[in-house]
Amino acid sequence: MTDLKKDYQKILASVQKPVIGEAGKTGTWSRLKPVIDLEKCIPAKSGKFICFNCWLYCPEAVVSREIPPKINLEYCKGCGICMEECPVNAISMEEVKFE
Amino acid sequence: MNRNFSREVENNMVNVLEIVEDEYIHPGTRMCAGCAMSLIYRFALKALGPKTILTVPASCLTVLHGMQGFCTTKLSVLHTPFATTGASASGIVASLEEKGLADEICVVAFAGDGGTTDIGIQALSGAAERGTNFIYACYDNEAYMNTGVQRSGSTPLGAFTATTPGGKTRPKKNMPKILEAHGISYVATANGSYPLDLYEKFKKARDIKGTRYIHILSACPPGWGYDPKDTIRIGRLANDTGFWPLYEISNGKFALSQPSKKFLDPAKRKDIEQYLSAQKRFSNISKQDIETYRNYIRDQWNEIKRRLENQ
Repeated sequence: MTDLKKDYQKILASVQKPVIGEAGKTGTWSRLKPVIDLEKCIPAKSGKFICFNCWLYCPEAVVSREIPPKINLEYCKGCGICMEECPVNAISMEEVKFE
Repeated sequence: MNRNFSREVENNMVNVLEIVEDEYIHPGTRMCAGCAMSLIYRFALKALGPKTILTVPASCLTVLHGMQGFCTTKLSVLHTPFATTGASASGIVASLEEKGLADEICVVAFAGDGGTTDIGIQALSGAAERGTNFIYACYDNEAYMNTGVQRSGSTPLGAFTATTPGGKTRPKKNMPKILEAHGISYVATANGSYPLDLYEKFKKARDIKGTRYIHILSACPPGWGYDPKDTIRIGRLANDTGFWPLYEISNGKFALSQPSKKFLDPAKRKDIEQYLSAQKRFSNISKQDIETYRNYIRDQWNEIKRRLENQ
């Protein structure tokens, strides 16, 4: 009976908890970070829920689908896909310092 | 850079705003920057929803799920040995049927190309033959990327890998065709550069009964040798050159997907050399191999045309 209990505890211990930042702060992987120019950004300029290509193509899901779109630089790996996919070139990769 | 504003958004039925807001993967994973697979996984899970059980063999996806003690996915995931993905899915489905939850909960096997075309094909073929009620999704980055880019059955002709330093001499295995020959209810190809099309396919597959197979081309920056920012562009080139056509076969009915429809006309296809020259793994490809690619694409599309006309 005690053995069964021990086994059950072992199974419970192997169940993993979902956490944000399993690999640490992945924002430190890259020096260059995307910065959105709000004067060019389509949703920010028009105030309408359109475009959001940056949200669509972000592999890390760090861009939010709101007006204006926000990027979570703490976990952004700086791949630059959003810069490439922005139809009006509103995103540029710049050196950003963050805490 | 892409200047075609929302090219996909205009053409597709699903709008970017219709996709659910919920994210099922927490940010801060171990995937490389610019990995198309994490984009694929993100949209696949969005389409599948919270009532899903995943079974995953050793692959890049295991790396995404993280180390012992913590994980990045909010859904239930079962990690299985390489060769048992199909069998483990059959086991999960059997236990859900026993509990009467089989209609409610969707079982999804998510494997890489090595785990599908080489090591896991036997278990997958068995599960497909048994008609197990599950979705098998294969994200195809065309080599064993997780262990340092070794050749797999899915590596295309002429590609450099750690085990084919002079370029692979055999063509890519056509996995969707093999699965189609099993007579399963749904077979589809997808591409990480078209997340809306991918989302639709997973949504559609979720509502179908029987074995469903989705083969997704996934661009890999370190393995294919290009800058991470070009991930979406490279995937689009695979579609635009006609190398990786997007189609779906539901209950024997073949249909081309929206992003690939216009490439039925050979004049609209880009030359395959654009796709090959954009990647370092094809830097030593011979002229003869490029000609083989052109013939392969021509034959592939002729067959698609024939199928569309004859049904």
